[in-house]
Amino acid sequence: MAVSKDLITKAVVEGIKVASIYLPPDVKEALRKAYEEETNSAAKAQLEAILKNIELAEKLKAPICQDTGLITYYVRIGAKFPALDVIEEALIEAARIATKEIPLRPNTVDPVTGRNPGDNTGRYAPVIIWDGIDPKGDYLEVTVVPKGGGSEYVTVYAMVPPGKGLEGVKEVVLDAVVKAGAMPCPPTIIGVGIAGLSDVAMHLAKKCATTRKIGSRHPDPVIADLEKKLLDMVNELGIGTMGMGGKTTALAVHIDYAYRHPATYAVAVAFFCWAARRATVTIKSTGEYTVTQ
Amino acid sequence: MAEYKLKTPLSEEDVRKLRAGDIVYLTGVIYTARDAAHRRIMEYLKAGKPLPFDLRNGAIYHCGPVVAKKDGQWIVVAGGPTTSTRMELYEYDVIEKLGVRMVIGKGGMGKKTAEACVKYGAVYVTYTGGAAVLAAQSIKRVIDVHWLDLGIPEAVWVLEVENFGPLVVAIDSTGRNLIEEVVEKSVKKKEELLRKPL
Ligand code: SF4
Repeated sequence: MAVSKDLITKAVVEGIKVASIYLPPDVKEALRKAYEEETNSAAKAQLEAILKNIELAEKLKAPICQDTGLITYYVRIGAKFPALDVIEEALIEAARIATKEIPLRPNTVDPVTGRNPGDNTGRYAPVIIWDGIDPKGDYLEVTVVPKGGGSEYVTVYAMVPPGKGLEGVKEVVLDAVVKAGAMPCPPTIIGVGIAGLSDVAMHLAKKCATTRKIGSRHPDPVIADLEKKLLDMVNELGIGTMGMGGKTTALAVHIDYAYRHPATYAVAVAFFCWAARRATVTIKSTGEYTVTQ
Repeated sequence: MAEYKLKTPLSEEDVRKLRAGDIVYLTGVIYTARDAAHRRIMEYLKAGKPLPFDLRNGAIYHCGPVVAKKDGQWIVVAGGPTTSTRMELYEYDVIEKLGVRMVIGKGGMGKKTAEACVKYGAVYVTYTGGAAVLAAQSIKRVIDVHWLDLGIPEAVWVLEVENFGPLVVAIDSTGRNLIEEVVEKSVKKKEELLRKPL
């Protein structure tokens, strides 16, 4: 089948379904491990409920959480992909169809009038992040992330004095985790972005929280080491599952950075709740597609 | 830590025996109420108007459910808890004036709610955030709905539940506040960690 708007729409609807109903294997594995290691009985009871809920969602083909999020797409395009002109329309249409078919909770609201169009679309919604062009590629890759409100609410942005460097980053992260407490439904995946500009820091934080697999390491060994250290510290804070205390406050800390300006050191901290939903749809120019997690 | 199976209506004795960290499975009737419902309850109280439902010895649930109508019957599709902190503003009055014995939510509540729990005999319990499918499983039936004009998530849904839980007692009637204790400890730990260089 040749690539068309309908084909892209169909593939992305499938991606939204998979993302909304099934947690990626790395997340499930990490939650299972957290459950096995937990000794605090209140936290363990919550982890048990989480694991049961995941299983039940799969069995009933129902969304994992009632907050089915704001649909976010990270889109990578191969320069040789044949249907560049219809990608955007297809992505919006997919949000509409998925909302009806799964069904998803209608979450998009006009901030001015309060109107909810009921189909998870609207101005800049679904959120489409054009995340790069592969000069030689002949594919389209869309990573679907349904981002819930609770874990978005506690996002932090700070400008640290450049002289403080990574110590400043550590401070911002620990402050953010304590302040977030139970709100982002821990255990979470924490994303940290470091950059010269505020929006870049935020983008990197969000992207590495939501799209990187648990267990993956940053290619820069210094950053990889910092990720591990910060994860240990975050878990030492002892907030635990749903703020009940216990061993696991975060499943992972992911960091990414961009070169900064001499005068700025922007740090953003983003949270992805335990319902860390994502799926990647890859469509080839031949029309074949896959959905992977 | 103990585990209890409780039934509504809840007596003062039922909730006074609960301690922070205990786990409860609740059977009976619960009322959903989130932001808009709380605001309207306060308006009614202020105006001295009777509420269309009786919360005495009852349980309210901070939840904006996804509810669908199938063959003329309401069905709760998803019913996980919402963050309780936003209701802190109203809960003292709700416990005092309406005689609520159990408040179910997620994320924790503050000093005023804890004060009301001590004074009037009530508890704040948390249900696992995000566990919406599991919650819907133990919701057996929609008995009634009030204030549907507020929209489906904000309306007051009267739900029949069976073994609804695990609910962890986060504030007990002695005033112990589990989540606040965890937060206080984490603040201290943070200070300690900040003193150690990377
Ligand atoms: S933070 Fe995540 S798990 Fe918790 S209610 Fe929101 S979307 Fe669901």
